[in-house]
Amino acid sequence: MKAKPVIPIGPYHPLQEEPEFWKLVVDGETVVDVDVRIGYNHRGIEKISESKSFDQSIFIVERICGICSSSHPIACVQAIEDLAGIEVPERALYIRTITQELERIHSHMLWLGLAGHFLGYNTVFMWGWKYREPICDIMEMVTGNRQNYAMHKVGGVRRDIEKEHVSYILTRLDEFLKQLDILKGAVLDDPVLHTRLEGIGILTKEAAIEYSALGPTARASGYDIDVRRDHPYGVYDKVKWNVITQEKGDVFAKAVVRILEMYESARIIRQCLDRLPDGPIDSKPKEIPPGEGIGVAEAPRGEVFHYVKSDGTNSPVRHKIRAPTYMNFPTFRETVIGETVSDATIILAAIDPCYCCTERMIVVDDSNKELFRAQELVRLSQEKTARIRERFRMKQ
Amino acid sequence: MTIDAIVKKINDRYGDRILKSEIKSSKRAYIDIYPKDIVDVAKYLFKELGMRFNIASAVDDFDGIEILYHFAYDASGVIVTIRVILKDKDNPHIDTITTVTKAAWWIEREIHELFGVEFDGNEDLRPLLLPDDWPKGVYPLRKNFVVPKRDSRKA
Repeated sequence: MKAKPVIPIGPYHPLQEEPEFWKLVVDGETVVDVDVRIGYNHRGIEKISESKSFDQSIFIVERICGICSSSHPIACVQAIEDLAGIEVPERALYIRTITQELERIHSHMLWLGLAGHFLGYNTVFMWGWKYREPICDIMEMVTGNRQNYAMHKVGGVRRDIEKEHVSYILTRLDEFLKQLDILKGAVLDDPVLHTRLEGIGILTKEAAIEYSALGPTARASGYDIDVRRDHPYGVYDKVKWNVITQEKGDVFAKAVVRILEMYESARIIRQCLDRLPDGPIDSKPKEIPPGEGIGVAEAPRGEVFHYVKSDGTNSPVRHKIRAPTYMNFPTFRETVIGETVSDATIILAAIDPCYCCTERMIVVDDSNKELFRAQELVRLSQEKTARIRERFRMKQ
Repeated sequence: MTIDAIVKKINDRYGDRILKSEIKSSKRAYIDIYPKDIVDVAKYLFKELGMRFNIASAVDDFDGIEILYHFAYDASGVIVTIRVILKDKDNPHIDTITTVTKAAWWIEREIHELFGVEFDGNEDLRPLLLPDDWPKGVYPLRKNFVVPKRDSRKA
């Protein structure tokens, strides 16, 4: 059998978030098989957590991901609260919900910017990252930090939202929404992007269910799940909002879901600020009894799952953590195979993994001679967009 | 379907093959079964009841290696955990559930390398998280694993 050329991608990237190693087997321009090797960033957090006290383990899980540093602690404290049957004051639940939605907006903006860059839309990249700034400013005001918020604790939250902060938050949020409208128009009304992204990297609803895909990846395929609605926590069952779904499951549908979700997030934050009840923000629990508990939260990429088992001492016996990308990753088998190399970058990016490595993409043929370098693969992707753009210009 | 209804359905179907079932709260239930029944039960939950596979957690406990399979029933916000205990710690074996759902593909690889559990029927048990040159028979999430001391002479 003739050996098929293999494209190794990764494992190290100096700029982006996490290292993975992709192996694309190609036949000409078409990807015929794909495999991934992860673990370059494995820090043994589950093991570390077993040697920390319950209070400390929340700081540990906060450092799993710089972007989801609200979702992991929330799922973790909910697991411990489930274990010990701890009640959380209502005001704390509102504040948790607000930080969750602020996190979602800033994460989706990041993704939108990076996706734009891969397609050769560097304006979208610049806008996305610039317009994310008001959200980071709000986050800094609410939690004291732009990232790694140290906001959540078992039984409540650490910091309160002051009355005088509310009007500032609302002003900045309005400012953000105006800019989001422009960005939404630029992306959703652009015929070039429609042509470029529609129909590629399709994840069918059946495959999404089979792989138990999560978050926007599942919702873009018509698999209507959202932890915030299905397993309500915080105050998601007390405010009005919609779960955004799309039917097609292609890259474009995933972008649409993320863009529209940001509006829903803003809606949730507004209602929470409006109704923020008075009262304590912490129920100050003292002891964690033996037992086990499960906590789930909807991170920007999907459900975060924490399982905690205690034997009555002050550190967990076992702390299992499952991030959403863990479930979304293997769907690549469904989406990438059969597509072209120039589309692979954006499909691999479409689930919004903590993604990386394109810098190190190399195409190698049978004799292990390098054909393309990473930058060239990004260039391939950008050139395809440019060709489509040109075609539209000719028509006019 | 409420949590009571789901647990009752599982109990009615499997009868004395269920070792223990506990409804911990209105949202969480734990059901203990024999390891040999896992594929059957997983198929029933995933295919017939339409539950979503959250993940599996392994625990190194006194009685053996525990594996907890978490399934979510999203229509009513319930998470049902199926627990099996593999008593033979030296050679823990269980059938793979990748034949039921592809979602279990990675977690079985992970439990295989971190706890040393063999998943019979799963042909892809390559290392997922640990490096390729990790020593054989060393399972870092077992309780008897001791983190090696750093040798400052090896810079």
